Amino acid sequence: MSESKSHIAPQQATSWTPPASDAIFYWCLCILGGFYILLIVSMLLADIFFVSTNLEESYQVLVSKEVMYATWLSLLSCCVTTVLSLWVAIPLGYLMSRIEFRGKVLLDTILDIPIFLPPLVVGLSLLVLFRQTPLRYIDDNIFPVTLHIPAVILAQFAVASAFAVRTLRATFDEISPRCEQVALTLGCSRWQAFSMVVFPDAWRGILTAATMAWARSLGEFGPLMIFAGSTRMKTEVLPVSVYLELSAGRIEGAVGISLLMVFVAVLVLVLIRSSGKKQKLW
Amino acid sequence: MIEVNKLFVKSGQFQLANISFAVPQGEYAALMGKTGCGKTTLVEAIMGLRRVNGGKIYVNDVDVTRFKPAQREIGFVPQDGALFQSMTVRHQIALALYIRKFPADIVKQRVDELAGLLQIQKLLDRYPEGLSGGERQRVALGRALSFWPKVLCLDEPLSALDSETRQQMFELLKEVRAHTGVTALHVTHNRDEAEALADRVLQFEDGEVVEISW
Repeated sequence: MSESKSHIAPQQATSWTPPASDAIFYWCLCILGGFYILLIVSMLLADIFFVSTNLEESYQVLVSKEVMYATWLSLLSCCVTTVLSLWVAIPLGYLMSRIEFRGKVLLDTILDIPIFLPPLVVGLSLLVLFRQTPLRYIDDNIFPVTLHIPAVILAQFAVASAFAVRTLRATFDEISPRCEQVALTLGCSRWQAFSMVVFPDAWRGILTAATMAWARSLGEFGPLMIFAGSTRMKTEVLPVSVYLELSAGRIEGAVGISLLMVFVAVLVLVLIRSSGKKQKLW
Repeated sequence: MIEVNKLFVKSGQFQLANISFAVPQGEYAALMGKTGCGKTTLVEAIMGLRRVNGGKIYVNDVDVTRFKPAQREIGFVPQDGALFQSMTVRHQIALALYIRKFPADIVKQRVDELAGLLQIQKLLDRYPEGLSGGERQRVALGRALSFWPKVLCLDEPLSALDSETRQQMFELLKEVRAHTGVTALHVTHNRDEAEALADRVLQFEDGEVVEISW
């Protein structure tokens, strides 16, 4: 019978009203994300509060010649590592983004190893490479690496480069290969197409990769401890200083150095990012 | 002229087999076909951007099948313009001439000439960001014509334009053709475009390119 069939007329759907506001949605996002922001800010405030109640002791540690040395070595090694990382990450990121070849999945996995490997294992592997293979001869007689400053840079480089490669691959993935192809049809060689068309477009991504590599290098600790050691005034970078201060029971010194690292990192990252305006070739 | 002879191109599961056609010197040909039939693949093969597995491609009677894109001397206007984001319009048009080491005064003269022809004088010092679709295609056309190519390949250059801009581009392309005498292969799936511009219409049918008349 026709009466038994259900017909829903538009005027019958009265229980629904159009949403008046999206405020609840945005409040949920803010509250959920806000927990993490709150955690970061609370940690920093706790550090600042702790240092302010132990100002004299923290100040003495920060102006000590050991920490001054560690600060300069950290800044220098991070900058060298960043340059070296970009040196390998730009070609690798470009190749991984543009070229299809057999074994690409395997190479991709190899490039990820430093990211998911425990930091201590990276350090241990570097130590084995330089002490248990023919490289030991070079290490002992020609160019000392293990437990010297080059070990600091190599340990930072081993990890930081993996992050730079990943960032740059994503950058090159976002740049359409069409522009390079057009450049080739205009008479450019592969190198000219890369340097004149792709490289300027990738500038922001390169800066992001540099930032990633620099920040990773500054915080690197595990591989350094194993491969470069923790000798004061020799291979001591800021994370090692924190460790040495904590080992000696001087928590106010350790927290002071931690805050110094936060300050230096924020300053450098702001400087790098503020110079990251779109690069124009001409 | 453009001559494609028994061309075979394989790309993954897709392939073009035994494709032959010719566009005589100075003619404007429209290449039509459904989406996914291989129009762009064919243009890429002619431009040297895709590996050819068999057959020959001749440009002005020269076998360019194994030539690099830079050696073919074919102007290319891609679908979205593919403008270089970090170069001003002036430098995009001048790039091919810089690469060929033309003197600065010749480069300037050529850029000004093309800017006049394409009515983009006011855009010369702007970057691509913020240019309209029609402006982008004019710049891409200027860039492709900059090095006096005898052959031009246009890959659906008007597909993203509104009808008014498209009409303007029809007139512009006719003017360019009259001014340069270039041989053109214009890929499109739009019949109006082919009717308005082409001397001959080539159609992809059952994996072959055949000449049709309306």
